[in-house]
Amino acid sequence: MSGARVGVVTFPGTLDDQDAARAVRLAGAEAVPLWHADHDLKGVDAVFLPGGFSYGDYLRCGAISRFAPLMEELIPAARAGLPVLGTCNGFQILCEAHLLPGALTRNAGLHYVCRDQKLRFENVDTPWTSDYAPGQEVVIPVKHGEGRFVANETTITGLEANGQVVLRYVGNPNGSLNDIAGIRNEAGNVIGLMPHPEHAVEELTGAPGTDGLGFFTSIMKALVNA
Amino acid sequence: MTLDTVGRAHETPDERQPYTELGMKDDEYARVREILGRRPTSSELAIYSVMWSEHCSYKSSKVHLRQFSTKAPKSDALLVGMGENAGVVDIGDGWAATFKIESHNHPSYVEPHQGAATGVGGIVRDIMSMGARPIAVMDSLRFGAADAPDTRRVLPGVVEGISSYGNCLGLPNIGGEVAFDPCYIGNPLVNALCVGLLRKDKIKLATAPGPGNKVVLFGALTGPDGIGGASVLASATFEEESQAKRPSVQVGDPFMEKLLIECCLELFEADVVVGIQDLGAAGVSCATTELAAKGTGGMDVRLDLVPLRDPTLRPEEILMSESQERMMAVVTPDDIDAFTAICNKWDIPVTVIGEVTDTGRLVMTWHGETIVDIPPGTAADEGPVYERPLHEPAGQSALNAADPAMLPRPSDLRAALLSVLGSPNIASKEWVTSQYDRYVRGNTVLAQPADAGVLRIGEIMPGATTTNRGIALATDGNGRYAKLDPYAGAQLALAEAYRNVAMTGAVPLAVTNCLNFGSPEDPEVMWQFAEATRGLADACRALGVPVTGGNVSFYNQTGSAAVHPTPVVGVLGVLDDVGTRVRSGFTEEGARVVLLGETHEEFGGSAWAQVAHDHLGGLPPAADLPAEQALAKVMAAAASRGLLTGAHDLSDGGLAVALAEACLAQGVGCTVSLPGDDAFVDLFSESSARALAAVKPEAFAEFVELCHKHDVACYGLGVTGGASLVVEDVLEIPVDELRQTHQATLPAIFG
Repeated sequence: MSGARVGVVTFPGTLDDQDAARAVRLAGAEAVPLWHADHDLKGVDAVFLPGGFSYGDYLRCGAISRFAPLMEELIPAARAGLPVLGTCNGFQILCEAHLLPGALTRNAGLHYVCRDQKLRFENVDTPWTSDYAPGQEVVIPVKHGEGRFVANETTITGLEANGQVVLRYVGNPNGSLNDIAGIRNEAGNVIGLMPHPEHAVEELTGAPGTDGLGFFTSIMKALVNA
Repeated sequence: MTLDTVGRAHETPDERQPYTELGMKDDEYARVREILGRRPTSSELAIYSVMWSEHCSYKSSKVHLRQFSTKAPKSDALLVGMGENAGVVDIGDGWAATFKIESHNHPSYVEPHQGAATGVGGIVRDIMSMGARPIAVMDSLRFGAADAPDTRRVLPGVVEGISSYGNCLGLPNIGGEVAFDPCYIGNPLVNALCVGLLRKDKIKLATAPGPGNKVVLFGALTGPDGIGGASVLASATFEEESQAKRPSVQVGDPFMEKLLIECCLELFEADVVVGIQDLGAAGVSCATTELAAKGTGGMDVRLDLVPLRDPTLRPEEILMSESQERMMAVVTPDDIDAFTAICNKWDIPVTVIGEVTDTGRLVMTWHGETIVDIPPGTAADEGPVYERPLHEPAGQSALNAADPAMLPRPSDLRAALLSVLGSPNIASKEWVTSQYDRYVRGNTVLAQPADAGVLRIGEIMPGATTTNRGIALATDGNGRYAKLDPYAGAQLALAEAYRNVAMTGAVPLAVTNCLNFGSPEDPEVMWQFAEATRGLADACRALGVPVTGGNVSFYNQTGSAAVHPTPVVGVLGVLDDVGTRVRSGFTEEGARVVLLGETHEEFGGSAWAQVAHDHLGGLPPAADLPAEQALAKVMAAAASRGLLTGAHDLSDGGLAVALAEACLAQGVGCTVSLPGDDAFVDLFSESSARALAAVKPEAFAEFVELCHKHDVACYGLGVTGGASLVVEDVLEIPVDELRQTHQATLPAIFG
């Protein structure tokens, strides 16, 4: 094994970094802590942007983090093909950074929602989702107050037509357009999703089941086979 | 503008001071003058008035709370007991847990969102100041009648406050309670619990030893938060600058608190902290006097160095400000640079404001002039102590005589079950708990609606041993029981929390408590308080679980109407192997359903009496502490041997509600028959020390033998399976109908 190294980014206010690092290790890869203030990706093979409330989310979620020194390194690397997965606040940051289209707005129900969410995979042709099958249904928790995916009609049509919708809610928790729970960029290396696969990787803890583990085993395989 | 210096106090001994407005009695003020040998300066008056307040000094409760120490059972697990920021318990393998529950009742009524949010923030800082990483929170909430208009203002605000603060802070919310009763309408109870983890050899204490060591204030800037009292001082002394119209409730910044947590953990790891204290009620006054009193005895502070959010603040206001997200540390001069560097990394403002001395005096200056010069212990530890008069409430015997045996009983037990199950106190609390993150940090094994929250000890802490252990936590209280008999009510609150922890297979170790009562100046309330503390102390001794700390909240009353006496008790237990934890309710088909414990005809304060007849009278169920202990032993042994697929305690609503909730847990039904000859009593009585166990069929004989060994009565009721709750010859309800009834109530009221 070549020793796949997955960076896990910590911004001030990032919360799920410990969880993400644990999930990376469970899949057999090395979790490399990346600090927002460093201009340094430490040569990682992929990057995980965990959830949380970076900078308190007092401004638009992700709007400040997107300007972090680390992001100045990450954005060009992602454009050049580095596999990047952002969940929740990480998804919001990827949208703010224009690595993914659309935006995440206040939930339709106006409340924060934490629940074990049923989801369906659509397109799995990404380095983070190859262990899943199209149409496969899984349960992975969502927990967010601002997870309602919106974009203009052209963007939505484009995402659907290009097969860029990765995950859809089965029972929409937040009013996202087209029940979209996760998308990828055109190249397929950058994924954003509101659900938290890192909370569904062990039988003992987190959500019932281990349906989230596939994201981490997928990237592990993609990196080792690369 | 006059600065009230110590010199000026000497020169103007007869100046009238607004001590009454600050809540001080004549004799308390006289005592301050006696201690100082002169009148206090306005800054000193600010310090003494807040430190000697009921909230900080426990002056009415102290004589009763002493029982928690004098009657404390011997416990090898107790590492730090009462009197510190929070108690610390040895949980094995070199790890320790620290936990505490605290009230934020009054602010949560005035401004529900911020009141509840800052309640979470305050208790989390208590845990941090022990040197621990906070790992979870729980909330015990009580509101007026669910359908009362003001409850629709208070409850959503409180839940949103806890949700926004706790979620943003990154702590899983793993349980607690939500209860409704008209008695809480003007006085909601918002009790927040936090638990933290630390290495047992790394406990930090609030102390300031070592003359020459620096006093450091770090965290948020100080602003005019929660200084209603101080504005009295300001207006009395500085008429022209009076700023009385200020918000009385503090505003929280969970982002700053998250940074403070990570910053503090790095500071502890770097070993650059000699002593540490959070700034809560009474802010700088409390932190400086307590740190100095517990250290070498003296401290010099330059109050004008305190970094301010509002530069117009007067020294009295700075002393009383309750701005959130602030900590005070004592640091050796050699470590100051390292300390500052870590704060800078986390963007935390940090300021050296003073120095530890050996003078035995707390001296504060304001731009070079001395404004405070007091022996710190007199403010921190030597506050007034009252033995308040007490007597049994006038209506108590009539209340106890109103025996629920007289109440008409239902002929339709199916309808009775559904009406109790759908009543706001029993109905699903998912509307509340779905707004809390229960997964963050990745160690949540069980969370609401499980009987107790369970966490894996999976935190990464340098130098710590990896362990398979887990901890379980539950909070419980029942104001109705305590109203009928405060002594028994407090014991029943402990018994239920203890039982809930035991349901997971954990061994209960220690107790924290939040005692919510009316005015201590009312002898009837004081009687309730005295009875409840006596009951709780006796029960802790009987169960072998010491009180490690807690909080008293008095004055929960509007006019002469006090809330029900409401002792809320939190219990922490340990699982040697968290993998053996027992899940809540029925989790698999084909398990044998066993009822543990004896059922008597006990309906005083019961959920059925409330729902069916709006009745509160008689006596609460008897607390049978030896039976609770035996039940817990059975559960711990059965869990470690892997005999069970689920369990659930019996409490409000008795066996009927327990069966329904057990079915709802995973949608697994059951078919059971009742052991007694009165189906109504079997289903709805609330006798204590009872539980349901779902036993693996092949382990049934072994489990029964275990029960016999511990002298716990056990009745095989039936088996799990199917899509309905079937009580043979009595009722049959599809699980879907149970779910509909259980889940509809709160959304129908709160949207």
